[in-house]
Amino acid sequence: MTAEPVQGDDSAVPVVEAVDVTKSYRLEGVTVDALRGVSLAVRPGDYLAIVGPSGSGKSTLMHLLGGIDRPSTGTVRVAGRDVSELSEDDVAQVRNATVGFVFQAFQLLPRTSALGNVAMPLVYRGLRKAQRQRVAAEALDAVGMSHRTTHRPSQLSGGEQQRVAIARALVGEPAVILADEPTGNLDTRRGREVMDLLERLNAERGVAVVVVTHDADVAARTDRVVHVRDGLLVPA
Amino acid sequence: MRTAEAWRVAVDALRANRLRSALTMLGVVIGVAAVVLLVAIGSGAKREIETQVEGLGSNLLIVVPGELSFGSAPTTSRLTLGDVDHVARVVGDRRRVAATVSSGETVRAGTREIFATLQGTNETVPLVFNRPIARGTYLRRGDVESRRRVAVLGRKTARALFGERDPLGRQVAISGVRFRVIGVFAEAGSAFGVDRDADVHVPITAAQRLLDTRRVDALAVKAPTVDGIDELGDRIVASLVARYPDDTFSAVTQSQILGTVGRILGLLTLVLGAIAGISLLVGGVGVSNIMLVSVRERTREIGLRKAVGARQRDILMQFLIEAVVLTSVGGVVGICLGVGAALVLDAATPLPAVIAWWSPAVAFAVSASVGVFFGVVPARRAGLLDPVVALRSE
Repeated sequence: MTAEPVQGDDSAVPVVEAVDVTKSYRLEGVTVDALRGVSLAVRPGDYLAIVGPSGSGKSTLMHLLGGIDRPSTGTVRVAGRDVSELSEDDVAQVRNATVGFVFQAFQLLPRTSALGNVAMPLVYRGLRKAQRQRVAAEALDAVGMSHRTTHRPSQLSGGEQQRVAIARALVGEPAVILADEPTGNLDTRRGREVMDLLERLNAERGVAVVVVTHDADVAARTDRVVHVRDGLLVPA
Repeated sequence: MRTAEAWRVAVDALRANRLRSALTMLGVVIGVAAVVLLVAIGSGAKREIETQVEGLGSNLLIVVPGELSFGSAPTTSRLTLGDVDHVARVVGDRRRVAATVSSGETVRAGTREIFATLQGTNETVPLVFNRPIARGTYLRRGDVESRRRVAVLGRKTARALFGERDPLGRQVAISGVRFRVIGVFAEAGSAFGVDRDADVHVPITAAQRLLDTRRVDALAVKAPTVDGIDELGDRIVASLVARYPDDTFSAVTQSQILGTVGRILGLLTLVLGAIAGISLLVGGVGVSNIMLVSVRERTREIGLRKAVGARQRDILMQFLIEAVVLTSVGGVVGICLGVGAALVLDAATPLPAVIAWWSPAVAFAVSASVGVFFGVVPARRAGLLDPVVALRSE
């Protein structure tokens, strides 16, 4: 690790943690080593950025931390549980309870209202529809989108769509939000608003926020910056 | 995931592609409708023929020369009127035995003519075959013994020759020989594809002379009770074999005919259903195909759902339900269409169609299973998608 955490409790159990992980996959017959031995712990309340050039492995690292991918070697723990010891379905449930994802391309369901999009993760918790909608409305309120609950993604601006996506990440009260280039599809002003929102959620709710970015301005706002290059963490 | 939610998601997805869903459904609709309709036609034919056979009466025994089995060639009869008397002695009651010799002949009255089935019979026919007389009388024993040229007309024959006029007492020419009409049958319907109302009965003795033969084609015996009918049949056959050691004879009962006919028509129904089933299968392949397209189109959605916590079986169920909704809605529409077509067919054409209670039930169960069967492969593919890869897809 290159930077000491300034915020977050060092002694607390990490929310998500990678210990000496590697990840290689075969792409058209060629083995690609995306990560070559990386350790990173995200503790409750952390606000950090993972930066690096494209192809450096930063997205792969985020996928591993979020439990939607598995390491080739090494250990990933989500909410203290080793994902390699869990079935895929069990990891899905741990993800549902612990991690909120924000993507560069928003990844909203096009035919579903903002409220329906935000409520979607709760479907997989077995909540009833009325309860899902109440919680989702609260989450939309928290991102300042309570006036647009019935709108479909196509009726919203990019910034609004990303706020809906953040509400969706927030709705399950996760311990960590993993945001992959959350400002990548937005202009500077909208991007800044989105970062303001994530920062506020981190400060007010104590949810750890990990932002994968190659935007130096975005990285500079965080408490800790992790640099990835050629599948390794490197000093800045 | 709650099941209700899985249904909602599936229906939403189908609604989003209305035309595509409708066209996919159409394949299933046609398949199910075809199954229901063809099974109805098969069942209708079976019911119709069984009703006719039952109309013969359950204690009727028909004695014919040769082996009676489907597929064996008819045998030339060596039976004569002497054998009729012999069988009557075995039965113990002459009134219970009817003899027939049949031939297709042209019957003429004035300028009108009809090609009718000439039945040379004796006076016992109305009792043995349950054929009531509408007007006049049937042949009497004296008519048979004195070879009198009198005739009893079937309903259709009478109408063709005389229209609305009363045929009683009038003359008809059968194959050029004049007969006097003494009676008209009540309507009987058709049996085994033979229109029983287009016949003309004359004394068997007169018929034999007309046809220049001494043969008797078949004997019909009305057994006193249903219980002893098989035993009576065996006795009659044995006594005939005693007279003609080189020949074989068969005695068949209504239940045997019903059994054989039922098996053949049951098979026919099954074959019709199976042929229609092929179109249902093709419909199922269409469902499978469109589900694969649907999975591919929604790869990112699947990746997202998995990322936020959907388990494999949640995704699998979502797509499986989508396929089952397609096929079961298609199934219900197909059943309605098939039943409707069968009812129209039954009412508007001579083709009988009977909706067996089980055929819509089976058609629905099959179409729903087709959804499961053909939905499983695409749904499994969706469930197994890697979320990282899925999210990255365009």
